[in-house]
Amino acid sequence: MRYLSDVAALARKDLLLELRAKETIPAMLLFVLSALTIFHFAIPRGSSDVAALGLLWVAIVFTSLLGLTRAFVPEREQGLMDALIMAPCDRSTIWLAKTLSVIAFLGVAEVVALPAFTLFFSGLNLKTVAAVVLADIGIASVGTLTGAMAVAGNARELIQPLLFLPLSIPVIVGGIGASATAGPKFLLFLALYDAVFVLLSWAAFDFVAAEA
Amino acid sequence: MSEKLAIRLPALVGLATALIALAIVAVFFWAPSDADQGLSQRIFYFHVPIALTGYACFGWGAWKALRLLWKDDPDADLESYVAIHQGVIFGSLTLITGSIWAKISWGVWWVWSDDQLVLFLVLFLFYCAYFMLRYSVDPGPQRANLSAVYALFGVVLIPVSFLAIRLSHSFIHPVVFTRNGAQMTGTMFATFCICLAAMLVLFITLYQLELAGKRLDSRIRELKELLS
Repeated sequence: MRYLSDVAALARKDLLLELRAKETIPAMLLFVLSALTIFHFAIPRGSSDVAALGLLWVAIVFTSLLGLTRAFVPEREQGLMDALIMAPCDRSTIWLAKTLSVIAFLGVAEVVALPAFTLFFSGLNLKTVAAVVLADIGIASVGTLTGAMAVAGNARELIQPLLFLPLSIPVIVGGIGASATAGPKFLLFLALYDAVFVLLSWAAFDFVAAEA
Repeated sequence: MSEKLAIRLPALVGLATALIALAIVAVFFWAPSDADQGLSQRIFYFHVPIALTGYACFGWGAWKALRLLWKDDPDADLESYVAIHQGVIFGSLTLITGSIWAKISWGVWWVWSDDQLVLFLVLFLFYCAYFMLRYSVDPGPQRANLSAVYALFGVVLIPVSFLAIRLSHSFIHPVVFTRNGAQMTGTMFATFCICLAAMLVLFITLYQLELAGKRLDSRIRELKELLS
C-alpha cells in the first residue's frame, strides 16, 4: 500500500510538472502530426495500406522517443534525482511512476495521432488500437529505463535513441504484425514482450538509479 | 594469480592455434563436399561455429553482469565488458561470413529471410549501443551497474528478437530458404565439432588475453598514481 501511494505521489508530480510547464505533450502532438504529414508525401500514391500502417508505427516510436528523451530532464536539471534516491522509498517507485506518466503522455499523443491517421490515410481496426496500447506499455517501461541510463552519462540525450531503438525492434514487429495479419498471435507476442521487459526494467532500476 | 595466468596463457594460445590448424585441415581436406553447394558450403564450418561462439560470448558477458549485480563481484565488470567486446568481434565476423555465403549461394549480399543473420544485425546494433553507453559514463561503480543492466537486457533481447524475426516472416515474405537441417554425415558433424571447439578455445584465449592486458593497464595506472 505504501508502495502504491509513493508511486501515485511521484506520478502526480510528473503530471503536475507537465501541466504547468506544458513542454513535452505539445511537442509530441506537433511532432506526430508533422511526421504523419511528411509520411503522406513520402509514400507514393497507390501504396498499400500496409505501408501506411508501417509509417504509423514509425511515427509512434519516434514520438515516444521525443517524450522519453525529455522524461528525466527535470530530474537532472534540478538535481532532483539525488533527492529521490535519498528519499525513504523503494527506488523502483521512481521507475514505475515515470513509466506511468510516460504512458499518459503517449496516450494523449495517440488520442490525437490515431484519428489523424484515419483521416489522412486509412481506417484502423480494433486490433491495431489494442496493439498500440500494448506497445505503449513496453515502450514506456523500456524507454524509461534507458532514459535513466542516458542521463547518467555525459552524452545525455544523444545516447537515448541508440539505447532504445534496438530494444524497440520487437515492438515494431509485433505492432505491424498485429495491424497487418489476422489472428491474435502478434498481440500475444506484444503482451509477452511487455511482461518480460516490465519485470526486467522494474528489477533493474535499483541499479540504474544511483547517486551521481 | 598472475603467475598462474602466465603459464595458462601460452598454453591456451598453443591449444587455440593447434585446434584452428586442425579445423582448417579438416574443413578443406577431410570433410566431403556438399552435393548441392560444393566448395562454398565449407564456409558453413566457420560461419556457424563463429555465430555460436558469439552467442556464448554474450551469454558469458551477461552471466558476469549478473554476478556483478547479485554478488557484487568487483572483477565481474571488466570480465563482462571483455566478453561482450569479443562477442561483438565474433558477431561482426558472423555478419561478414554470412554475407559472403549468401552472395555465393543465393546471389545477394544480404537476405532478410535468414533469421540468424537478421538477429545478429539487431544484436550488433544493440551491443554497439552498449559501447556508446559505457564510454559516455565516467568509470566507477555506476558505470559498472549501467553496463551490467544493459548486458542483461541483451540476453533477454536475443530470444525475444528471435521470436519477433520468426514471426515477421508471416507478413514480410514467405520463408524461401530453409536451412538444410541437421542432415550431416558423420565426417561433416565431426568437422563441425572441431571447428566449434576451435572457435570456443579461440574466444577463451582472446578473452584471457584482453583481460590480462586490461588488468595490467589498470595496475600500471594505480602504480603511477602511487608514484606521483
